[in-house]
Amino acid sequence: MFQFENIQEFIQMGGHGPYVWSAYLISLSVMIWLVVSPLRRKRKLLRDINRQQQREIAQQGTNSSSNLST
Amino acid sequence: MSQLFSWKWFHRLGSPRWFYQTSGKWLPWLSMLATGLLLVGLCWGLAFAPQDAKQGNSFRIIYIHVPASFLALAGYYVMAIAGAIGLIWKMKLADMVMKSAAPIGAVLTFVALVTGAIWGKPTWGTYWVWDARITSMLVLLFLYLGVIALQYSYSSQDAASKASAVLSLVGMVNIPIIYKSVDWWYTLHQPATIKFTEAPSMHPDMFQPLLVMILGFYCFYAVALILNTRVEVLCRERRTRWVQELVASKCT
Repeated sequence: MFQFENIQEFIQMGGHGPYVWSAYLISLSVMIWLVVSPLRRKRKLLRDINRQQQREIAQQGTNSSSNLST
Repeated sequence: MSQLFSWKWFHRLGSPRWFYQTSGKWLPWLSMLATGLLLVGLCWGLAFAPQDAKQGNSFRIIYIHVPASFLALAGYYVMAIAGAIGLIWKMKLADMVMKSAAPIGAVLTFVALVTGAIWGKPTWGTYWVWDARITSMLVLLFLYLGVIALQYSYSSQDAASKASAVLSLVGMVNIPIIYKSVDWWYTLHQPATIKFTEAPSMHPDMFQPLLVMILGFYCFYAVALILNTRVEVLCRERRTRWVQELVASKCT
């Protein structure tokens, strides 16, 4: 059963609204960060590894072509 | 033969590649479970649980505060046990789990402290007291931060893992102090609401959403730990063939 008469009362929480909502918002935001930050690090890492692979392929290409010319 | 089998299992468990592949299959289900439980618990606790007779609505902070404190402690066990396994059996995966557990534990301890402080203002009239429970939780936060700092203060990963494992094992001393602090020094923080040995001192209408939130936090912790460990696996194994192939197949 919904404990409040209306939405406004739900937000005010009988005067305790600022405490309750700030506690929930702070917790929610740091917990979202906890999940988002490894995902972002993973994307960056995969991009780095991929770039290195491209560089190695390119290097092999120039090496073999220079070998051919000499 | 059975001996051989069990060791195979042990080695496979220690294989970062096996972990990466298996956790990848589990992750979507676990994330859905965590999100579902947390959403249900959040709505139930915020809007549908009855308010406390003495504390009014500020008591709703309990639905974050208690689960976060639970996981801050459970996360310390995970970190210390992983550290011990890494020290004793030199299991690489255990070192990675230990490193990944530290920031998650630190964040959850921070959440427990902050929500406790916010809750303290309307209930006790102050944000902070040097009460035994609060002080020992602050020590826990510093232990987590110490492990994080040690991870970055050595150029060799092996030395960093060893040092952080030793610190987390020494820090285990703090855990029983946190548990017992409310009984040993009866100051401001109230005694535990939930005990394994007796019925909870809470009305079922208030207790059920708390249980949902605790389960949700456990699942959330597992998701966060797996996500962090997977990045660590990729980072440390980036020279191996399977990671190279994985990247090549993903990026083309």
